[in-house]
Amino acid sequence: MSEALLRIEDLRTHFFTDEGVVKSVDGVDLVVEPGRTLAVLGESGCGKSMTARSILKIVDRPGRIVSGRMLWAREDGGVVDLAALPPTGPVIRAIRGREIAMIFQEPMTSLGPIDTIGDQITETILLHHSISKQEATERAIAMLGRVGIPDPAARMAAYPFQLSGGMRQRAMIALALSCSPRLLIADEPTTALDVTTQANILDLMRELQSEYGMAMLFITHDLGVVAEIADTVAVMYLGKVVEQGSVDSIFHAPRHPYTQALLRSIPKLGTGGQQRLAAIKGGIPHPLNRPPGCAFAPRCDQAIAGRCGSVAPDLHSLDAGSVRCHLYAA
Amino acid sequence: MSLLDVQGLKVHFPITTGLLRRVTGHVRAVDGVSFAIEPGETLSLVGESGCGKTTTGRAILRVVDPTGGSITYRRPDDTTVDLATLDHAALRPYRRDIRMIFQDPHASLNPRLTVLDIIGQSLQVNNVARGQELEDRVALLLRKVGLRPEYLRRYPHAFSGGERQRIGIARALALNPRLIVADEAVSALDVSVQAQTLNLLQDLQEEFHLTYLFIAHDLSVVEHISDRVAVMYAGRIVELSPTAELFAAPRHPYTEALLSAVPVADPRMRGKRARIRLQGEVADPANLPSGCAFHPRCRYADATCRAVTPTLEAISSARATACHHAKILALRGITSPGETP
Repeated sequence: MSEALLRIEDLRTHFFTDEGVVKSVDGVDLVVEPGRTLAVLGESGCGKSMTARSILKIVDRPGRIVSGRMLWAREDGGVVDLAALPPTGPVIRAIRGREIAMIFQEPMTSLGPIDTIGDQITETILLHHSISKQEATERAIAMLGRVGIPDPAARMAAYPFQLSGGMRQRAMIALALSCSPRLLIADEPTTALDVTTQANILDLMRELQSEYGMAMLFITHDLGVVAEIADTVAVMYLGKVVEQGSVDSIFHAPRHPYTQALLRSIPKLGTGGQQRLAAIKGGIPHPLNRPPGCAFAPRCDQAIAGRCGSVAPDLHSLDAGSVRCHLYAA
Repeated sequence: MSLLDVQGLKVHFPITTGLLRRVTGHVRAVDGVSFAIEPGETLSLVGESGCGKTTTGRAILRVVDPTGGSITYRRPDDTTVDLATLDHAALRPYRRDIRMIFQDPHASLNPRLTVLDIIGQSLQVNNVARGQELEDRVALLLRKVGLRPEYLRRYPHAFSGGERQRIGIARALALNPRLIVADEAVSALDVSVQAQTLNLLQDLQEEFHLTYLFIAHDLSVVEHISDRVAVMYAGRIVELSPTAELFAAPRHPYTEALLSAVPVADPRMRGKRARIRLQGEVADPANLPSGCAFHPRCRYADATCRAVTPTLEAISSARATACHHAKILALRGITSPGETP
């Protein structure tokens, strides 16, 4: 394994609600390598978004990072544990936006409604760089042009509501990349978009990645998008990473029964259709009602009686990947 | 003989300005849509946001009133009626025959009613059943959609998203409908739950001989469930075709672009498919381009396309397309996995 840009070890982010403790992220290990794309794949409630928000320390109360380490390799060669930083302290504020940027599913959550696109981007640039306002404006215009917004100088004066969904997404990417981050966290960035717009945004993100050499942590529930963009994939289920590996091994040699079942359950384009889908039985359990042992055991068709339903499986390393399942116990 | 025959359907919404609400223009949400649905088939309406697919479905249910065209419905006794012109009292009997399944299972169920009330309401309103008989019917419906009848007195919040969608399906089935309009019925569901719901819809179709108008944007789901597909763009149908033929060999440039944009769940296909990048934005239905509405984004467009609006014309017994150049264009479809593109 090459040097990690971000190494997450045993991250746990729990929510302390009146009804009980929701273990959104419950022992997650991830490695993001420089310039590469790690996709975190999972369904609702699996903790993929909370993992991302934990990295930037933007977990809302009553949520809290209760344990784990997030080792971030800084530009100067030093390593800082993001988990140990106070969420409003100067170090994380210097990293947030500058070294690690994030884009969201709904652009309106990261673009303010009352400032122009131009003001928001120049403000971000000025916050992290000691350059003149003039230079910041020029850089913002260049950035808007780079993400494919037509007539960028004029668009600087536009408010987010004046742009279409696809253009807003581009403006948000311009905002996120304005300080050349080394890691871009993208939380379902194309989910709300139409399929032709999605294709253009994915192309743009790939281009920008090779141009700027940044790493991406791409969070999605869409297997098609993962296949298009990822180098490595982490599959999550109820707060845990159940399988990790290269994108090719996840799609062509999936190990975990959940990964296998997910791939079987989606309709595949170009196969003619009309045949029955291999559905996964049951539904995703309520986070407060987590099954004992392996959380997937009640839905798993390969579950070992008397073991999977009671004993939590360990992580087993396999060539260039890992899987959390009793079937792979030596 | 078609169960439903939609001809020249138009839904235009007025744009008003000023204090006197003067009409200054129209949003042509649906602008001359024609198609027929045969009994027992699944016809899908696909297209991107703003193309008019949802408004078409809502006009058939008369949730919105059409501003033009006809919706001819064939009754069980083979007589026909135009739903587009009936008033609300006259529509009532047909509201039992044509039902709807909604996208968001969280928003479409009243949180203050029990499952018994949600599903039983339509049975009560139509004097079909009451008392113990009502409970038995609802319990039977729950079993049909794969839910336990013991859940009768629970409220929607006690169910997961997939289970709620099953409740919505049971409600649609309660009055033995003939046509179900499913508007993005599986798009809010998780991947692992979506497959169950699609299977359920297919099982129910077989058991009750249902006809589906399936409105969706996810082309993989559409290919899986439909017999025929109508592709919409800017309020019109641009291509209407049996599913397999549409995906293998599209005949409209917009269909070709749409198919090329779908991400395929196979990393080995990455970069092997030539993707058509559509420039610009989806046409604004309040201010449609001249001629073919797709021409500003079409890579095959010429002077004819800019000036003359194409009509939906048959290109074979089962297929129709609205493109001036349909006969000469060789368009690319989806190559199935394993095949070399």
